[in-house]
Amino acid sequence: MTVILIIVAAVVLLGVIVGFGFIAPRNRRGSIEPPSKRRAPVDDRVAPAEEVARAALVEAEVAADLETRVPADEVVAEPVEIEKVVAPEMVEEVAERPRFRDRLGKARAALSGAMGSIAGRSKIDAETWDELEEALILADVGVASTQELLDHLRARVKADGLSNGEELLGALKAEMADRLSGFDRELKMSSEPGPTVWLFVGVNGVGKTTTIGKLGVREVREGRTVLMAAGDTFRAAAAEQLGMWAERAGAELVRGSEGGDPSAVIFDGVDAANARNIDLVLADTAGRLHNKVNLMEELSKVRRVADKGAGTVTEVLLVIDATTGQNGLVQAKQFTDAVELTGVVLTKLDGSAKGGIVIAIHDQLGIPVKLVGLGEGADDLVPFDAAEFVEALFA
Amino acid sequence: MFESLSDRFESVLGKLKGKGKLSEADVDEALREIRLALLEADVNFTVVKNFCARVRDRAVGEEVSKALNPGQQMVKIVNDELTATLGGETIRITYNAKPPTVVLMAGLQGSGKTTNSAKLARWFKSQGRHPLLVGADLQRPAAVEQLRTLGRQIEVPVFSEDSDPVQVAKNALTEARKTGRDIVIVDTAGRLAIDAELMDEVRWISEAVDPDYTFLVIDAMTGQDAVNTAEAFHATLELDGVILTKLDGDARGGAALSVKEVVGRPIAFTSTGEKLRDFDLFHPDRLAGRILGMGDMLTLIEKAEEVYEKDQAEEAATRLLEGQFTLEDFLDQMQQLKKMGPLSGVLGMMPGIPKEVKNAQIDDREIARVEAIIRSMTPAERVDPDLIDQSRRVRIANGSGTEPARVGELVKQFKEMSKMMKRMGGAGTKRLTKSRRKAAKGKSKGPGGRTSGGGRVAPKGKAPLRLPDFEADLGGGRPGGGLRLPGLPGGPDGDPFGLG
Repeated sequence: MTVILIIVAAVVLLGVIVGFGFIAPRNRRGSIEPPSKRRAPVDDRVAPAEEVARAALVEAEVAADLETRVPADEVVAEPVEIEKVVAPEMVEEVAERPRFRDRLGKARAALSGAMGSIAGRSKIDAETWDELEEALILADVGVASTQELLDHLRARVKADGLSNGEELLGALKAEMADRLSGFDRELKMSSEPGPTVWLFVGVNGVGKTTTIGKLGVREVREGRTVLMAAGDTFRAAAAEQLGMWAERAGAELVRGSEGGDPSAVIFDGVDAANARNIDLVLADTAGRLHNKVNLMEELSKVRRVADKGAGTVTEVLLVIDATTGQNGLVQAKQFTDAVELTGVVLTKLDGSAKGGIVIAIHDQLGIPVKLVGLGEGADDLVPFDAAEFVEALFA
Repeated sequence: MFESLSDRFESVLGKLKGKGKLSEADVDEALREIRLALLEADVNFTVVKNFCARVRDRAVGEEVSKALNPGQQMVKIVNDELTATLGGETIRITYNAKPPTVVLMAGLQGSGKTTNSAKLARWFKSQGRHPLLVGADLQRPAAVEQLRTLGRQIEVPVFSEDSDPVQVAKNALTEARKTGRDIVIVDTAGRLAIDAELMDEVRWISEAVDPDYTFLVIDAMTGQDAVNTAEAFHATLELDGVILTKLDGDARGGAALSVKEVVGRPIAFTSTGEKLRDFDLFHPDRLAGRILGMGDMLTLIEKAEEVYEKDQAEEAATRLLEGQFTLEDFLDQMQQLKKMGPLSGVLGMMPGIPKEVKNAQIDDREIARVEAIIRSMTPAERVDPDLIDQSRRVRIANGSGTEPARVGELVKQFKEMSKMMKRMGGAGTKRLTKSRRKAAKGKSKGPGGRTSGGGRVAPKGKAPLRLPDFEADLGGGRPGGGLRLPGLPGGPDGDPFGLG
């Protein structure tokens, strides 16, 4: 009985709080009063005013969030150790870059291709279309994109007089590859003086740290000097993980304290890179779910701060896991709203998942896939190739 | 998590609700939309096909045509099937008579095995057990280090050594027996289901430790491939259940439905946040309600029980309905509410909340702001907000770092709410007061008492707590936020909570 009364009270509170208009608008930034006008509320979580000390460098945003992982007052000068990493010891042979198909062969062989049966059809009937739809949806292309692709294809069938499964499949592949092509997928270096910064963002567990590790190995091999900034100050031992990669790659590492401010770590990383004439800073960030407003704001700040010093951010890459379903599109939208993505890195494509969601991301948001992760080794990060990707989708 | 799926269902089924007769075409139309909603939620293609076929069979059969209200019947069928698909009952963890009880964690890279090993350890600890964490992920750089850090945070020992994963797991058992730990949780490296070598390795680990429970850790954002992964792991390891992670995202969680359907094993636990305590047993029956937009009152009640002081809350609710609720009481209640976790979570569990409110970003630090305003009032002002004039308003605003207008707004809203609650309480008060007395009398007898700590398996001895008749509420999302109290029994006659 009591519990009901409790709920009543809870509902009342919610009613009041909701009714009070204390629903934060989607873009909360607009609603927040300028810091100067704000006074510290009773709540002690609010950052002290002295914080301004570092404000010149690190934009001091008073973050009184209950949810933000970093209490704002920790922004104040925290120890950032810069580790000298021992000389590169390149154990691995410089192997030839694996191609999509070699890598995927193993994975795809295990799956019986629905496409085989479509290609074998001598006529195009309702069943063929159903099968095609199923295959696309199973590849995570999504209902909307699938419908759209199939509608186009229906028109083509009429116009071009396609008559059998193989032609149909060929037309579909061509259509998809065509849509995916025509983007510059080069990772850009800055022409300004000072280091180039590539920032890596994404939800938890997609492989950001690993991607940075592999990319570091690749860039060092290509003759660039690289510094890794361990901006994931949240996950336990994330900096250690990046440190091991830095060691493997022969890159330098800048890290802060666990729970510290990621903007500060990355800013210091850029600073250190500049001082030592390092070409490229690979900046890691903590995984965050895109619907956490506070964490996304933290990320926007990281992005702004990374550009403040001597360096220039030329790439902001969203790392997405090939197993991701339709939520991937939402992720890309939210992340690009927060930090303006320049590209996508599609990881774990060596499994049975096909990563079809990048088609929607590409179609609807115009963000190209730039790199693909095909395994755990340092060499398993390769440039995206539309034709091969589509081929693999249908394998 | 499942909100957007539930929105879709609500609108589809809402259309059917009022219909006196359901033609086959009506059913098919609804099913088309349901199919779309499920596919967009990443439910596996085959699972969707079967689900729709089952619903259709029942819906166009006698069941619906004979029912008094066919629309309602359709809702019920979907609910039944959804509950069945999601896996019936909550998993019951039993402990090995000869300790330690061994739990093996497996999954793809990045699904959250390490974090959830620690969360699970914390859960076992809260059940009064003594877990040992085992770092058998020797592959990912710093994985063991991560586990050790987490172990320190929850004060659970971590065992690992620099040999091979099978050896580590074996030695961990000896270690557990030696140190008297009764639960062993083995964290393994992430692996792709198609990597034969690594799948062999995890099988050897499993053979070496003979786990009582093998859990597959799956990311809620996983798409169609969840089924392949689950099938492959199930074939290798014989899963006992699934731990679904990252449910605090906005993914629609279709993987949850697919996996149960395909491997026949339930979702055992869910992880709903980054903090180590954001982890609990999964109640499949309740989730179906959430997907259908019926809220999840049971979980809400359990959560409330954990944090609320019973007598105090009773007192407050009575005062509320009698119109004697002061800002002071409000502040008290807010403290309690805060303990129940983020507001949006609480809101999500309530039935019948309009979706504009549910989807709005509710910022928990606004609670802090309201709190600051009330705390800046004098005791007298808190009891009688009418005292607050312009100059007091300015003082309160200054004290709380807000603006006078906000203070005014709060006071006004509060007064309106009080009035409304009083009106609502009006007729019901007598009955409520009576039942409260009854409850107070019955208190010594025991049932319905407060439980401490998380993770109760199922509410027992709660006969009077029936789930309200949500069907009546379904689709009737009352518009507008304002001070309306959605989901609350409407007038004095409504007594869905079984208060009578």
